[in-house]
Amino acid sequence: MAALIVSIGLNGCKQQGGSAADSNEIIIGEYASLTGTTATFGVSTHNGVLLAIEEANAAGGVNGKKIKLITEDDRSKADEARVVVTKLVTQNKAVAVLGEVASTRSMTAAPVCQQYKVPMVSPSSTNPEVTRKGDYIFRVCFTDDFQAAVVGKFAYDKGYRKAAIFKDMKNDYSVAFADNFAKSFIKQGGKVVGEQSYQEGDTDFKSQLNTLKAAGPDAILCPGYYSEVGTIGRQAREIGLNVPILGGDGWDSPKLVPGAGTALNGCYFSNHRFSRELDLPEVKAFIANFKKKYNEEPDALAALGYDAAGLVVDAMKRAAKLDGPGIRDAIARTEGFKGVTGVITLDKNRNARKEALILRIDGDVFRVEKTYRPEELGQ
Amino acid sequence: MQQIAQQLIYGIQLGSLYALIALGYTMVYGVLRLINFAHGDVYMVGAFVGFYACTRWLPFKDLAVHPEAAGANIALAVVALLLAMAICSAMGVLIERFAYRPLRNGLQKADAHFWGLVLGFPITGLFMPVFNGWGPLVAVVVGVGVGFAMRPLVAWLARRVKLSESRLNALITAIGVSLLLENGGLLVFGANPNFIPNILPERTYMLPGGVMVGSSQLTILGVSLVLMLSLRYIVMYTRPGKAMRAISHDIEAAKLMGIDTDRVIAFTFALGGSLAGAGGAMVAALTHVKITPLFGLLPGLKAFVAAVLGGAGSLPGAMVGGLLMGSAESFVAGSSLSMFRDAIAFCVLIIILLVRPAGLMGRHVPEKV
Amino acid sequence: MRWLALRTLTVLGCLAALAVVSKLLSANLDTYVFLVVIQCGVAMTLAASLNLINGITGQFSIGHAGFYAAGAYVGAAWTVLWQPIVVRHVPLLQLGAPVGDTLTLLIAIVVGAAAAAVAGVVVGLPSLRLRGDYLAIVTLGFGEVIRVVILNIDAVGGARGLTGIPTLVGSGDLAFFWVFGLVLAVVALSRNLMRTTRGLTWLAVREDEIAADAMGVDTTRVKVSAFVVGSAFAGVAGVMYAHYFTSISPDVFGMDMSIIITTMVVLGGTGSVSGSLLAAIVLTALPEFLRFMQDYRMVIFSTMLVVVMLTRPQGMFGHGEISFAKLKQLFGRRAAGGAKP
Repeated sequence: MAALIVSIGLNGCKQQGGSAADSNEIIIGEYASLTGTTATFGVSTHNGVLLAIEEANAAGGVNGKKIKLITEDDRSKADEARVVVTKLVTQNKAVAVLGEVASTRSMTAAPVCQQYKVPMVSPSSTNPEVTRKGDYIFRVCFTDDFQAAVVGKFAYDKGYRKAAIFKDMKNDYSVAFADNFAKSFIKQGGKVVGEQSYQEGDTDFKSQLNTLKAAGPDAILCPGYYSEVGTIGRQAREIGLNVPILGGDGWDSPKLVPGAGTALNGCYFSNHRFSRELDLPEVKAFIANFKKKYNEEPDALAALGYDAAGLVVDAMKRAAKLDGPGIRDAIARTEGFKGVTGVITLDKNRNARKEALILRIDGDVFRVEKTYRPEELGQ
Repeated sequence: MQQIAQQLIYGIQLGSLYALIALGYTMVYGVLRLINFAHGDVYMVGAFVGFYACTRWLPFKDLAVHPEAAGANIALAVVALLLAMAICSAMGVLIERFAYRPLRNGLQKADAHFWGLVLGFPITGLFMPVFNGWGPLVAVVVGVGVGFAMRPLVAWLARRVKLSESRLNALITAIGVSLLLENGGLLVFGANPNFIPNILPERTYMLPGGVMVGSSQLTILGVSLVLMLSLRYIVMYTRPGKAMRAISHDIEAAKLMGIDTDRVIAFTFALGGSLAGAGGAMVAALTHVKITPLFGLLPGLKAFVAAVLGGAGSLPGAMVGGLLMGSAESFVAGSSLSMFRDAIAFCVLIIILLVRPAGLMGRHVPEKV
Repeated sequence: MRWLALRTLTVLGCLAALAVVSKLLSANLDTYVFLVVIQCGVAMTLAASLNLINGITGQFSIGHAGFYAAGAYVGAAWTVLWQPIVVRHVPLLQLGAPVGDTLTLLIAIVVGAAAAAVAGVVVGLPSLRLRGDYLAIVTLGFGEVIRVVILNIDAVGGARGLTGIPTLVGSGDLAFFWVFGLVLAVVALSRNLMRTTRGLTWLAVREDEIAADAMGVDTTRVKVSAFVVGSAFAGVAGVMYAHYFTSISPDVFGMDMSIIITTMVVLGGTGSVSGSLLAAIVLTALPEFLRFMQDYRMVIFSTMLVVVMLTRPQGMFGHGEISFAKLKQLFGRRAAGGAKP
């Protein structure tokens, strides 16, 4: 045991020595689920983060210093997230931390960042609790309640009165989205006529869909990830359930249409201000650069990872001092940061205020149907 | 009534798939008393073979553009299915030869070379990308080197290995192989999900009473049935099949009767692998679910439960267990308790095992002193 | 009388030594390494407690994460949900740190252990009828049932997990003291058990159940008590985990956790307490140590697992234990010229 402790210690010390001695580098830590059940999302986000850091370094870094990104895998496990964030903060002396996708893991690791006064920016943890863990915790995405309210309002405005919900039981994002949607939809006068659930990894959804079909809904809310939604759409059409299916930003991926075929044509989902159809230079440039580097189209998670890293780099340039508290204050003052997922302004609760889009799936393009600003929903 | 019949149809389709995978578990269990945890991952490999066959290796035509190519695509799909079966049976044999056989017969020098080759990839990966350009070649060279370096060590270890009677270590080895396949798959195939596009014509048939059946469901059911019947033929009426049964009865006696047990065991793994491969490729191509390196985790587990439910070691048991699991799951999923789907599957299992401790159709061996 | 005094002295001595070690380690170790050490401590308790069921009594249980989860969730539910209600009526708990907190933690340990023990009885009962692989599947399935049930209880957070659990075990030396105190307790219990008549009956059940039955061993009682004791310790490990890491979620207690704990016991050598402790350390610290391998970390880890099983099928120690006598023998033989065994 002693030998192992010593060897881990040495391992850490070596890295620490290497980085601390080199004062021309600033270290940003990232923890992501590169392996395990949610590896897809972790890898996507990581690709976006890496691109942002490389671009920042190519543009001269921060105050003449290069940024060094140290990424650690947490195997999609909450306890490991806490261990690696401790490593990043105490051994690698990261001055800022990026991560995670899953709210559970962000919430487990956040107290570490708070304790060591290192700002943590989550690219896509949408649970409202995450940023309540302390004043060093930020996010660049909107929260569950806002996005779900947008979809609820859109559904009602569209004339749907009876909605059914089909959620991923194992995924906190999906569960919270479904609950908040139901709240918003019922408040406006709609009715939730059926609720069923599945689990990530299931391959057969027909039984649940068949039950939902019997309830006769006008639309189905399916707030899961694109990896399952395509199959769900196909199976719904196969059993003759032809009502529109609604979803959230978890749907956005170039893999959605290959998974769904034509099954989701005419369906809607809410998203960040990020779509190939938008004629915005920063979005176009990001998509082109991403394709050049990875030879694939970015999804929303990659764009959010890119924005989280970009926001931290931007704050570092503005920071009075390049340490945890200094960068934290600069991040907190962020106003009108032009990200690829929207113009980001951080509010006093350290959440991003930005608009949400409703996209309509049309063949293999996602057309912008409607835009909602936070003020419109009274938030 | 219509609802119940409909759920039953979904259950049978799901169940036929579980049965197909469960057969692989139960055959291996029959001859070796080993829970082959890696079997679900062989199923995953089958899905990936299906994916590459459908998108890269074979000249499938997009049905949306060339509707007339349906016939050619069906013929190609059969080729893809056979390909998946062949590759997966080879994998089953490899796993048996290099992970499970050393546990029975002790280590050999060839084992050093195989594991050296496996280690060559991650070791090379520390210095350069392994999966493109010269990477694979360098990795193989490094692997051969590591193999030779490990030879004396393995020879030294092989002399001191005490073969253990306990089946627990075989179980852990199987878990290790399963982890290796999952994490190796993550490196080779990447974490992003893959989907097989529409390559076969799809239709839905309306049965009397308003019950619907899709052509993909019928195909899965039909192919599973054909495979199961051929398996039954092989096991009951061919020489290797008879040898398999003899081994599952009493491996020592089978050896004394001159049966080359190692070969027959390898044959068993090949059979199981080919069934899993067929299942994986078929599901991936017909239901268009996402294909990831963890594709086999959940179906593998459920099929394994189905095998135990039916009585581990019993072929008809695996089929009955699979169908039972599939229908139970389908009914629970369709009810208001869908969130308890997995829990109820296990509760059914626990209750059945309490009533019949050796599974539904398992041989109950009375304990002898 | 002398026996009792000796025992008390030993226990006090151990606690004092543990206190000194915790002070030293927490002062000198890097925070990250310290965190891994705590994780190792929790894993050691889990492995040693499963060893009571699997190794010593020979019952094939592979669903240990279920008991771990039951303890963690019930313990945390007490601290987060029920304790605030009770506090209003019981003035003793209003004392705050250190007395009130310690009392709260002790109660959490008791309720966590009790919940896990109840789960242990429920799983232990089928073991009367089922053997080997069938029992294994039932335990595995039961672990999954516990996880799915937790996933559906909204009061403890469902899929999102339960966060904001107070760090009652402290963060520095105090945490080390609690966690490794628990390890000492389960090791002491295992060791003492092996040397008593009662423990011999447990071993007898492992070696040959029918013979043990014939010799008058109450096998029913032995099996159920092994499950109860083993799972109660796993439950306490869960309480420690929850009150150190401050948040728990169902995915931590999944099937892969069960499988890792089983692997610890088998890798260490079934029945060997020191073996399972060492394997727990290796399997917890190795993935951290392999971090420099980046993407290849888990591939190397799994390959090593297979290779170790092939070269040491009986586990690292077989049924044996680390002891000074054996070490002496080993080094003595080396010094004498290293005759090949």
